[in-house]
Amino acid sequence: MVPCQMKATGLHSRPPGAHWRLSATDPKPLTSTIVRDDEAALVSLAKGGDTHAFEELVNRYERKIFRLGMNITQNREDAEDVMQDAFLKSYQNLDRFQGDSRFYTWLVRIAVNEALMKLRKRRPNQVSLDEPVPGTDGEDSVFREIEDWGPSPEKKFAQTELNEILNSVIGELDPIFRVAFLLRDVEGLSTEETAQILGISVAAVKSRLLRARLKLRQKLNKYFRRSETQ
Amino acid sequence: MNCKKVILELSSYLDGALDSSMRTDLEEHLGRCTDCRIVVDTCRKTIQIFCNSEPVPLPEDVRSRLHSALLERFRRKTKTT
Repeated sequence: MVPCQMKATGLHSRPPGAHWRLSATDPKPLTSTIVRDDEAALVSLAKGGDTHAFEELVNRYERKIFRLGMNITQNREDAEDVMQDAFLKSYQNLDRFQGDSRFYTWLVRIAVNEALMKLRKRRPNQVSLDEPVPGTDGEDSVFREIEDWGPSPEKKFAQTELNEILNSVIGELDPIFRVAFLLRDVEGLSTEETAQILGISVAAVKSRLLRARLKLRQKLNKYFRRSETQ
Repeated sequence: MNCKKVILELSSYLDGALDSSMRTDLEEHLGRCTDCRIVVDTCRKTIQIFCNSEPVPLPEDVRSRLHSALLERFRRKTKTT
């Protein structure tokens, strides 16, 4: 398994190669890094015209940006366009990158905008990034299905089958929640970075993230509960 | 702390972002409420499962098209400068 390169807080923290602690009562912050320290140097070289330095940045992030595109758009062709446009635009506009954020965060912001544009084109009436009205399908419905999943519920499935399940449930999420979850929990960005990319407040990110996590938990429950037989 | 409050603070708890007093209250509640304990545990596992899932492989043809497009862009930029 490839470790999720998470920011260094609570649940998202583990040393390379270590297993997650599943204890519900011991979320201790450790340290990890999402980007190598030489990112700024590569950006500086690329700004000066060093195409090899930019290629190194591309090599470093192409899989992550493709995965992000796939996860948001749920479509391979769209994901390819998203990835290509994100790298070409970032190269084109490299002079405008001031280094206020990490290059990767800036790149993700471009990719997210491209991906959301694709979604809006495909489903113009269904994709809104407006803050949703608090509903009854989020926090209030949590206690409808309470079943233990056992220690390693994902092991009930072969990798391919598990990937299909994960793709399916994340695809069912409203884009507004999906993107917050992907940036924060899959890409490992901080809440502040996620807020910056989405142009919303930290409180709004937290709210969307909570609802996304609860909804995904609920959707996965039918696959992972102990009573589910294969 | 009641169950509703636990759910509202769930994300912060999982992210290790609760202050120690709130965390203690929440964990006291988890010690006596099986439902909340299961919700916290399964929510944590939900994140872990996504986090640990195999990344989508980048198909070679897709990668090749990206690098061709970049090379073309590099050439164009070199010509204009």
